[in-house]
Amino acid sequence: MLIPITYNVRNLLVRKTTTIMTALGVGLTVAVMLGVGTLVEGLRTSLVAGGDPQHLIVMRQGSTAELVSVVSKEDFDVIKFSPGIAELDGEPMASHEVISVVQLPLRDDPTSQANVSVRGLSSMGIKLRHDVELIDGRWFTPGKREMVVGRGVHGKRAGTDIGEEILYGRGDWEVVGVFSAGQSAFNSEIWVDANLAGTDLGRGGSLSSVLIRAQDSAAASALQNLVGDDQRLGLEAERESEYYAKQMVSADPVRYLGMFVAVIMAIGSCFAAMNTMFAAVANRAAEIGILRLLGFSRTSILTSFMLESVLLSLLGGLLGCVLVLPLNGLEGRIGNFMTFAETTFQFRLTLDYIVGGLIFAATMGVMGGLLPAWLAARREVLQSLGDR
Amino acid sequence: MSAGTAVSLRGVLKEYQRADYSVRALDHITLDIRSGQFFCLMGPSGSGKSTLLHLVAGIDRPTDGAVEVLGSAIGEMDDRSLARWRSQNIGYIFQSFNLVPVMTAAENVELPLLLTHLSKKERRERARSALEIVGLGDRLGHRPQQLSGGQEQRVAIARAIVTDPSIILADEPTGELDAQSATDVLTILERLNSNHGKTIIMVTHDPRARQYAKESRYLDKGRITEMPEIQ
Repeated sequence: MLIPITYNVRNLLVRKTTTIMTALGVGLTVAVMLGVGTLVEGLRTSLVAGGDPQHLIVMRQGSTAELVSVVSKEDFDVIKFSPGIAELDGEPMASHEVISVVQLPLRDDPTSQANVSVRGLSSMGIKLRHDVELIDGRWFTPGKREMVVGRGVHGKRAGTDIGEEILYGRGDWEVVGVFSAGQSAFNSEIWVDANLAGTDLGRGGSLSSVLIRAQDSAAASALQNLVGDDQRLGLEAERESEYYAKQMVSADPVRYLGMFVAVIMAIGSCFAAMNTMFAAVANRAAEIGILRLLGFSRTSILTSFMLESVLLSLLGGLLGCVLVLPLNGLEGRIGNFMTFAETTFQFRLTLDYIVGGLIFAATMGVMGGLLPAWLAARREVLQSLGDR
Repeated sequence: MSAGTAVSLRGVLKEYQRADYSVRALDHITLDIRSGQFFCLMGPSGSGKSTLLHLVAGIDRPTDGAVEVLGSAIGEMDDRSLARWRSQNIGYIFQSFNLVPVMTAAENVELPLLLTHLSKKERRERARSALEIVGLGDRLGHRPQQLSGGQEQRVAIARAIVTDPSIILADEPTGELDAQSATDVLTILERLNSNHGKTIIMVTHDPRARQYAKESRYLDKGRITEMPEIQ
């Protein structure tokens, strides 16, 4: 028979200060882990939302990003009429696009500038992105120096209100609208007319990439092989979802640093829990003796103290979740190593991460409580009662 | 061990090994205590009284000799069997009460019943009855720190009798009590012996406590000796 859990709960309540301090230590550790998790998850959501598995992105062979790729007008014409490409209103769903960057200052700190991706695309390019909708103003007019800014850019960067002008290429471009792209990374981009952007950037008809929509998944695979096998083109096609998933590498430094800090803190928290439980065992030596005298087994004592340690750590875990909760939904931004521009995302605290955080906390409790609980269980009755 | 004998000690020797010497707590004790007896063991500090009680409770083992309690040779039991046997047959009362401070009086008394197959309702009922026997039926929800020393000791007595054990071991039960509380506690022990037939084995310094016992012995330097004149 186990010792009632109320015994452990009340003991934790009696030692309020120690309980709070230890739980806080565990809570901060969990908060660091979850903080990194919400960033990674938010960025993943943002990048994954931008990729449609039925879409292929075509770039120059060996190019790791659109920014360093070149696809000529002639190549685009070949690709555009390849078999297996979906059509919309009789037009092949293909978009010849150009990517570049422009420096823009922060709204709340004009001295701080960062690269923002500018995507030149056609009206078909806009139609290829399902989640995109205009939330203010209007779309750019082809052939005019007009820009439509993503929601993330509009929120963070100065000079992006409708009617303002941004110096890009050979002149000033007027902001005429704001679009939202759901949770995707397109919110971090500015969209302009592809042909005019190509001219302004001095690229002529050679742009950066081609985005195509296959009729179905099988057609996507066939198209991928077709483009890759055509020696004349020197191009390769990749599923859009895989292309964006690779950009998760941008989160690696934060993820590794965060996990390193969390592991160091976890070791500290284990020792804090261990210290607390050693003190609990020492202070309750007589109680342990009584429980053993009454007939409770060593296993019951071990389980009881382990449970107390886990409860203490779970309290910390919950505290950590509460500490991280305000981050959920907050907009963040991170430098993208592949686009050399900033990607905005929303921190996302998912149930998986919460459960993971609590398991992490419980693990700290088990590791911190094991030795004190084992020593408590090993004590002889008389030793505990202090009679020997 | 003859019929009607609750405790039988035969040539019991108990020595504690220290780094470079040994301490002889009990020196070849032979003693029989009858069932239903209120037995009082007196003696100075360090005479071995508590050690003898520990051996009877099975929380310590003799260096030599045999300890038989209620017909069981407890020295031959393993730890698990001994714990089960003790929870069914022995109630233990300490000088310093040793209640669990975070539990109420009723919960403290209920503790030994958690090791039985009784339902929660039955456990609560028995804990209440035990507390009523010691006159604390109105203190069920009180924590130890909300009780006087005498009341705490009465809760400890209730905890000792709640499983209805045959033997109650009391180690200096009045040692930390004022005169009135001590009298109350001794009266309860006497009642448990006379009305409920419990075998009481009490060790004490207190000469007044001896008056409640039916039989007394004196222990000095680990040996049973003549009872000295009480001044």
